This record gives sequence, structure tokens and C-alpha cells, in this order.
Amino acid sequence: MMPSSKTPKSWKIRPPVATEAPGADLSVHDVKVEIRGLNFYYGAAQALFDINTTLEDRSITAFIGPSGCGKSTLLRVLNRMYALYANQRADGEVRIDGEDILSDKVDVSELRYRVGMVFQKPTPFPMSVFDNVALGLRLAGAVRGSRLHERVEEALRDAAIWDEVKDLLHVDGRSLSGGQQQRLCIARAIAVRPEVLLLDEPTAALDPISTLRIEEMLQTLREKFCIIVVTHNLQQAARVSNVTGFMYLGQLIEIGPSSKIFTSPSNRKTDDYITGRFG
Amino acid sequence: MNRRQIRKARNGVFLALSVAATLVGLACLAAILWTLVSNGIAGLSSRVFTEMTPPPGSEGGLLNALYGSAVMTLLGICMGSPIGMLAGTYLAEYGRTSRLSTVIRFINDILLSAPSIIIGLFIYEILVVRMGHFSAIAGAVALAVIAIPVSLRTTEDMLNLVPSGMKDASAALGAYPWRTVVSVVYPAARSGIVTGLLLAIARISGETAPLLFTALNDQFWSTKLTAPMANLPVVIFQFALSPYKDWQQLAWAGALIITVTILVLSVSARIILSLMQTSGGSKS
Repeated sequence: MMPSSKTPKSWKIRPPVATEAPGADLSVHDVKVEIRGLNFYYGAAQALFDINTTLEDRSITAFIGPSGCGKSTLLRVLNRMYALYANQRADGEVRIDGEDILSDKVDVSELRYRVGMVFQKPTPFPMSVFDNVALGLRLAGAVRGSRLHERVEEALRDAAIWDEVKDLLHVDGRSLSGGQQQRLCIARAIAVRPEVLLLDEPTAALDPISTLRIEEMLQTLREKFCIIVVTHNLQQAARVSNVTGFMYLGQLIEIGPSSKIFTSPSNRKTDDYITGRFG
Repeated sequence: MNRRQIRKARNGVFLALSVAATLVGLACLAAILWTLVSNGIAGLSSRVFTEMTPPPGSEGGLLNALYGSAVMTLLGICMGSPIGMLAGTYLAEYGRTSRLSTVIRFINDILLSAPSIIIGLFIYEILVVRMGHFSAIAGAVALAVIAIPVSLRTTEDMLNLVPSGMKDASAALGAYPWRTVVSVVYPAARSGIVTGLLLAIARISGETAPLLFTALNDQFWSTKLTAPMANLPVVIFQFALSPYKDWQQLAWAGALIITVTILVLSVSARIILSLMQTSGGSKS
């Protein structure tokens, strides 16, 4: 805990966090990510305001909200993606397994190895399907030879794309279809067995069939990782997530079991949003 | 005339003016090419590629000049483009927004448009004077200095064409920046980088002024890098200004060879670029 002049509110005693509200899902999982007093700035503009929550391991947390509400920004804090850009900064605390990842001492490349990310637009690298998935493993240098082959196959199977590409491992990843490219990117992200998997509107650019396949896949991956997905698609959030957080104007308005958020939200704004009154 | 007709007439005038300007430009270019081809073809024979530059009044070719040009261009590219590429990589990937980058870009633009004779004099001062004589290596260094800003600029432009999402995705895998550059960005920009290389070769292979002050010329076959070396531009310069008919004829042939070489390099660079834009990269 570092008392900082930038966060004048930090002396306040925080109320017990809303996520620990009653819910069957919440009690059985360990806390993986803990966010305390997180503020985020794009230059002078503040994009996140005092976010406080916890995210569970081996479950899917969805963040919903209208465009520009800060949900993607929140995701980009969790692997410090924002550090690639000048003038973007975060203060507060984000702990993964208790370690504050916003600390200067954290090696961001190592952090990103532990916290995988899938983007809205598929981003296959200019290399073969196999090399795309193997790149992360090769970066770490821990896996070689036949082990490498096994891990690549395992990742492609987990991403539900193995049957489609098992004979195409040598072709350029960019020649696959959009839906295949996105599943390839997911395979690439999970090949290194990250502890946390971030998905930023992973199906926004895809057709319904590919979307369905990715949603089914997420249900399987739930067993292995702490998955955090940002989506515009409310039905998707309701279908795949255990926990849903609603964000609005840079604030986390409400977070809780998806079943509760989508049927009887406690906040008026959440209710308005999920019933389509705005956004 | 109503307003509509006035606007139409104005449009017609501007269209006519710009078409006329285009025609004048193209006509000049066509005239140059025509003169070059009609005079150059007459001088082209197998002798041009097999014999040394002759003394006035006797038969000969351009073999030593062709060899010298090839050697110095190659050396110049080998020295200049790695520096240009690495600096371009810095600008595009590491220091995109730093103040140093702004300064480097500005200086590079100056270097890009600096008269090549100045660069020739500069190398003359720092290399030729110290070595005490003209040399092929000094010529290659002068060409390298000209190649640096060209390949720096094209490398930066080509790397900036690589979608930032791809770079972010690599960083998100835990790749250190250098690994992203080597494993992801360079392969994605490969054809663009090759194009830049071809354009840099095209640029330096026709330079005369820097070689005049550095490599000078040699009548005979020489492969010694520390001695003066014949090269096409300087031979053309010298032969074209001479009063001898056969020297002038060889100068025309040499000019045609250089022009065709540069044309081929530029056209292939454009073809590679257009292939890259239609097939690679941005498919999604």
C-alpha cells in the first residue's frame, strides 16, 4: 500500500466490496485478481474512477457497458498493455495472487506472459499456423522439440480449431478465415498456459457460427483459467459468464453473479442498460 | 452565363491547364529517353561488357567501369542500409514519440535532400585527404552516406504500415520489444523493406558527384579497394565532355545501361509493393 498524494481519497475506509455479495459461484472460487482504488488516465482525461473489485479464478467474468465506459481500458490495465503508449497511466492497486502488478518493479513482459490477451480484431502473425501458436512458447524458451509439438496441438485443440487446421499447420496464419484467425489467436494466447486470460470483444468482428464456437470453447476453458471478457453483446455476457460487471462513465456501477445482474440488478442504471433503455 | 455555366467553364480551364502541364512534363521525359535510347543503342555491343575503357582513338568497352560501379554500390549498400534500417526501426518502434526522434527525422530529411556533391566533398575531406589518394573504399563510403537517409525513411514508413494490433498482440504474449521487431514486425514488413533496399540501390547507382571526389576513375582493370576505381557515372561524365567521338559513343551506351538498370530496379520495387498491398498484411 503506497499512500500517494494523487489519490486523496485513499484514506477513506472502504466499504466491503460489492462482489462479495451472496452468490453460489462466488464462494467456491479463489480470488485471483484484486483491484483497489484504481484510477486511469489518458493524458489529462480520467477514464477509470476508483475501481474496486475482486475477480475469481477458474471462472468467467464479463464486463458490459456502453462504448467508452472504460471496460476495455480496465482490461488493458490487467496486463499493463497501456504502458506501450505514452501519456497513459494508472494509479491504485491491482494484485494478481497478491502481487501488485502496477509496481515499477514488475517486469511487464513477464507479466504479459502470465496474463494472456485476445483482441477484438484477429491479429495472426506473418508466419505459419504452427509458428503462430509456438511463438509464445519459444519466447519463454522453456519448451522444445516434440514437447513443443504437443503443446501447440493441445492449445489448438483447446481453442476448438485443431480439426480445421491440423493439415494446414504450415500455411500462413493470415490465410485462414476471420473466425479461424480469432481461434488461432486464442490458441496462441492459451498455449503458454497463462494464469489470467483477457478477451477484448473477441467475437465482435465474427459471424454467428464462429461466435458460437468461441463461446462453447470459453465454457471449456473456464475450468483452466481466470477468464475476463469485455463484450458489447449482452446475450453473450449472460450466456458465458459466471460474474458480470456493469461499467458506466469510467465507474464500476455494479458487479455480481450474472444470474442476478441480468434478472434483478440492484442499481437503476444497470437495469436501464440491460433492458435497452440506453447505450 | 448563369452560375452553373461559369463554374463549368472554370473547371474546364483548370482541367486544360493541368493536362497541358502533364503533357509538357511527359514530353520532356519522352524526349530524354528517346535521345538516350537512339544514341545509346548505337554504342551497345558485346565489346561494352567485355573490354576496358579505351584511350582516345582506339576500341574498348566499359567492363572496368561496370565492375567498379557494381562493387562500390554493393559496398555502399552493405554499409549504409543496415545503419538506415536500424535507425528507421528505432524511429518506428522504440522512439516513436520521443523528442530525439523528431530531431533525427528532421536531420534525416535534410540529409535526404542534401546535394550529393556536398557529401562527396565531405568524404574527400575526412577520407581521401587522410589516405592521401582517391580510393574505391572512399567512393563506397560516400554512397553509403547517401543510402542511409533513403533506407531510414523507407524502413520507418514500411514498419509504420504494420498494423499496431499485431505489435500489441506480440507484446501481449510477453515478447520483449526487440523480439517483437525481429519475429513479427520485420517478417510482416519484409517486402516493403526489400523495396526500400532496391530504391536505395537505384538511388546510389547513378550518383556522379560523390564518386568524382572519392573514387575518381581508373583506365584499367583494378580490384584494389584502396586504389582509385573506374565507375559508370564518372566515366560517362568524363567521356561525354571529351572531344573524341568514340568516347562520346561509349558515354551514351553507359548512360543507357545506368538508366535501364535504375528503371528495372524502380519498376520491380513498385511491383513488389503492389503485390504486398493486395496479398499481405491487412487481411482480416
